[in-house]
Amino acid sequence: MKTFNKGGVHPEENKLASNNKTKVFPLTKKAVVFVSQHLGAPATCLVQKGDKVKVGTLLARADAFICANTHSPYSGTVTKVDVAVDFNGFKKPAIYIDVEGDEWEESIDRTADIKREITLEPKEIVQRMKDCGIVGLGGAAFPTNVKYMVPDGKKAEFLIINGVECEPYLTSDNRIMIENTEEIFIGIEIMKKALGINTALIGIENNKPEAIKLMTAMSEKYKGTEVVPLKLKYPQGAEKQLINALTGREVPSGKLPIEVGCVVDNVGTALAIYQAVQKNKPLIDNVMTFTGKSVKPENQKNLLVRVGTPLQEIIDYCGGLPEDTGKLISGGPMMGKAIMDTSAPTVKTTSSILVINEKEAKRQTPTPCIRCGKCVDACPMGLEPVLLSTLCSQDKWEEAENECVMDCIECGCCLFTCPANRPLLDLIRVGKFKVGALRRARAQK
Amino acid sequence: MGTIIIIGVITLTVAGIVLSLILYLVAQKFKVVEDPRIDLVAEKLPGANCGGCGFAGCRALAEAIVKAENLEGKACPVGGVPVMAQVADVMGLKAEASDPMVAVVRCNGGKCNTHKKVSYDGAKDCVVANQNFAGEGACSFGCLGLGNCSRACKFDALYINEQTGLPEVNQDKCVGCGACVKACPRLVIELRKKGLKDRRVFVSCINKDKGAAAKKNCDVACIGCGKCEKVCPFGAITVANNLSYIDFNKCKMCRKCVAECPTGAIHAVNFPPAKPKVEKPAEETAQVNNDNNPQEKGTVNENI
Amino acid sequence: MFNISGSPHVHGTMSTKKIMWGVVIAMLPAFLVSIYFFGIDALLLTLVSVASCLFFEWAIQKYILKGDMSTVADGSAVITGMLLAFNVPSSLPIWLIILGSLVAIGVGKMTFGGLGKNPFNPALVGRVFLFLSFPTDMAMSSWPKPAPLFASNVVETVTGPTSLNIIKGITKTGEGLDQLPSALDMFLGSMGGSLGEISAIAILIGGVYMLCRKIITWHIPVAFLASAFIFAGILHLVSPETYVAPYYHLFAGGMMLGAVFMATDMVTSPLTHKGQLIFGCGCGILTIIFRCFGPMPEGVSFAILIMNGVTPLINKFIKTDKFGYKK
Repeated sequence: MKTFNKGGVHPEENKLASNNKTKVFPLTKKAVVFVSQHLGAPATCLVQKGDKVKVGTLLARADAFICANTHSPYSGTVTKVDVAVDFNGFKKPAIYIDVEGDEWEESIDRTADIKREITLEPKEIVQRMKDCGIVGLGGAAFPTNVKYMVPDGKKAEFLIINGVECEPYLTSDNRIMIENTEEIFIGIEIMKKALGINTALIGIENNKPEAIKLMTAMSEKYKGTEVVPLKLKYPQGAEKQLINALTGREVPSGKLPIEVGCVVDNVGTALAIYQAVQKNKPLIDNVMTFTGKSVKPENQKNLLVRVGTPLQEIIDYCGGLPEDTGKLISGGPMMGKAIMDTSAPTVKTTSSILVINEKEAKRQTPTPCIRCGKCVDACPMGLEPVLLSTLCSQDKWEEAENECVMDCIECGCCLFTCPANRPLLDLIRVGKFKVGALRRARAQK
Repeated sequence: MGTIIIIGVITLTVAGIVLSLILYLVAQKFKVVEDPRIDLVAEKLPGANCGGCGFAGCRALAEAIVKAENLEGKACPVGGVPVMAQVADVMGLKAEASDPMVAVVRCNGGKCNTHKKVSYDGAKDCVVANQNFAGEGACSFGCLGLGNCSRACKFDALYINEQTGLPEVNQDKCVGCGACVKACPRLVIELRKKGLKDRRVFVSCINKDKGAAAKKNCDVACIGCGKCEKVCPFGAITVANNLSYIDFNKCKMCRKCVAECPTGAIHAVNFPPAKPKVEKPAEETAQVNNDNNPQEKGTVNENI
Repeated sequence: MFNISGSPHVHGTMSTKKIMWGVVIAMLPAFLVSIYFFGIDALLLTLVSVASCLFFEWAIQKYILKGDMSTVADGSAVITGMLLAFNVPSSLPIWLIILGSLVAIGVGKMTFGGLGKNPFNPALVGRVFLFLSFPTDMAMSSWPKPAPLFASNVVETVTGPTSLNIIKGITKTGEGLDQLPSALDMFLGSMGGSLGEISAIAILIGGVYMLCRKIITWHIPVAFLASAFIFAGILHLVSPETYVAPYYHLFAGGMMLGAVFMATDMVTSPLTHKGQLIFGCGCGILTIIFRCFGPMPEGVSFAILIMNGVTPLINKFIKTDKFGYKK
């Protein structure tokens, strides 16, 4: 069975909610929608206080190249355009909406039937992705349409669909692969048409047998799309590692996947593209998981939540937090971010609320490095985390740059595996931050 | 036997001559002509290589001075006027008079005046923490209290007060090199004029949130009310982005703003105790004059 | 109150403590074999050695370094103590093993700042100190001959040459091949030598245990033994009368102990697998060079110490293959 060639770790899987059907989360009363929910230049806000909006109304427009539209997930009245606190505690521009009913824009097809025929031309498909504000749902929120504008001189050979979900606990991708199998395949057909290719590989880790079975059965119907079961290993879902696992190619350092003829997207993105192109529905909701070891089994849920719903409401809906909650995480336990403020709303890429109990929430005290080299073994990029973190803690940025600190994908394998509990990744992140600043300063000169 | 000695002596002599010739030629080829004044200037500089002047070290500053043949924008913050006067002598120039500067911490939140909402558990580094969250007290502008500034200080003039969780400047040791300013990811620390008799008036907050939001997280935040701007007779105070700022070049230290500030965000330090209603004086620490600040002088734990 | 930290938010099960105690467990078979053959002396020496290592670690950490006391209980000093005891003959006076512990922990480890910072394996530093300073007590010419503990008629302690001394004799004079113990005896441990080094099988059991627990990787031991075997084999082919068959070298002396427990010490061995292979080969070849051409019969300790010294260089020049730099 295929997997990537370097490093990797095996965290406990804990896919506790993988058999729980997706439920639609009820509408909230007061929604807060961040103006920019993507990677890149900020979007321009188009509404002001007092405006009436419907579901699907454009709230913020993408004016730059790497930028994405934001649509209203709710119908109602804009009460103010101000800043709101995100879950890290930082303030960002946001639109506050008082929800009234559930009125959708007429152009959106809300019927449940599956539309198989693809009528749009490749250029129109890419334009529709941009119009509907599709971003990569794997976590980085990179505007998807940019990936489909293949630069001159490069040629796409493979469309790679990421159904790996290598993060422990998360089950949302697993659920949509089981529940929306055909939609995902139509989405893949659309993406293949946009790229003008006929080969797609879907990578799924072998701890999701039901998804593999359904997806493989469906792939009989859609020629040119192959489901590849992958050996369980974290971080298989990272872009470069997935390309390596499926095609054996290595994306050169500092380059994009298109360099080796690959375009990578998440299954969630494929579903969103299907909805955007066939149903004209912008990206206003996504499936997320509420889970955790100390969460009662009946409260482990997969929920279809609209963007802009306060996290606290989701927590209350799922029976509140268990008493021994020590940490909340948005995203998986390996790469997710700790939640500071539960009054913050969800964004397009919120894939989970993960409850970590007190026992596991606290980091162990770091002890002296015993130079065991386990981090070197575990690094999927073949770096030497122990060396990098030492250089970064001594402010030796140039040397860290020569040791390829910028190639770090922040997967967390080094810190996960370190027997001395040293904050390797924390320090490497500082290094990436500083070296990035150095490089920008050099570019300006 | 004799011939062996003679052969040995001759071989070694010839080899020595040839090699010395090569050395001489190489030395000629790669000779670096250096202005002798660089050494003279570098001698006058303190030699701490703190980088406070903006150059890589003392010698780099000396090279820059000699190369430019003037002292504009090149001053040693550590040695101050006396050192620059000596340097000017060497160069045959006239020294510019520059005001001594001191680092000022513009945050008074810390453990006492903000309400701890979460606890931070990662690497003890401000840059790391700043990437992860707003701060334990939920103020996304204020000091994180993990001590990057005190680690950056080469003169042992900055340390984190364990009680308040805030950095404190020892103004006698601070030379105004600005290393702490660069080390702080949130620009909490500012270099301000040391002031007449070390007296300073400044706004100890950099929160740009609206008043209510700022006050919610921190008892002593500047709420941008603008009272200080109105009361200032010299036009030294400007309020922008819900934040007041005092221009130290215009401030005449009348302290009207200090009395006016509703949250006590404006600090006046090193003033004598004028009347009973004014708070008690402070001589050594840069920021003490605050009712909300429970710290006592001399209780600082140096063991950080 | 929630905790905040950067990702990852979960941690693997491995910890320094588990690694260290895992190594201690892996050394137990060899320890039991030494008790079986050398009796109460072996038990006493090992216990005293461990106890004094722990004491010196604690005392230095507390009163001189004034550092983190948690390293005392993490088992690293226990490993040093056991390894030091494994490297001495059972006839060693108790006070010497205490002195050896002081040198091992004090000079070999704490002078550099404690756990993780020492460039040389502390147990070997202690052993070499004892070996060079007290050669008579370290008795290179005669070692207590092992007598099974439960054998009924053992009354007196017999001394005899170690297999390495015999091998050295063969190299020098070309005689004595018949004195060598049989390969099976060497494998099981019925031969003269230091406490822990006599039984290859016990050491191998420990090595397999560490491999299964993922405490060590196969690179260093395999490279060490294979390179020594091949190099000794070449010498044997060139001159069979002078140099004994290579498998004698594998089982004689501290070769097994060195390859499995001492060269694999994480702190003093290279980080990358490629570096570890080079390190292992260096150890193996140097050992055979010392054994065959040096003045003393044993060379494992010196070989490992020299390669410990080379480790920083290996770490500097032997790098991992980075992802995305394939040509």
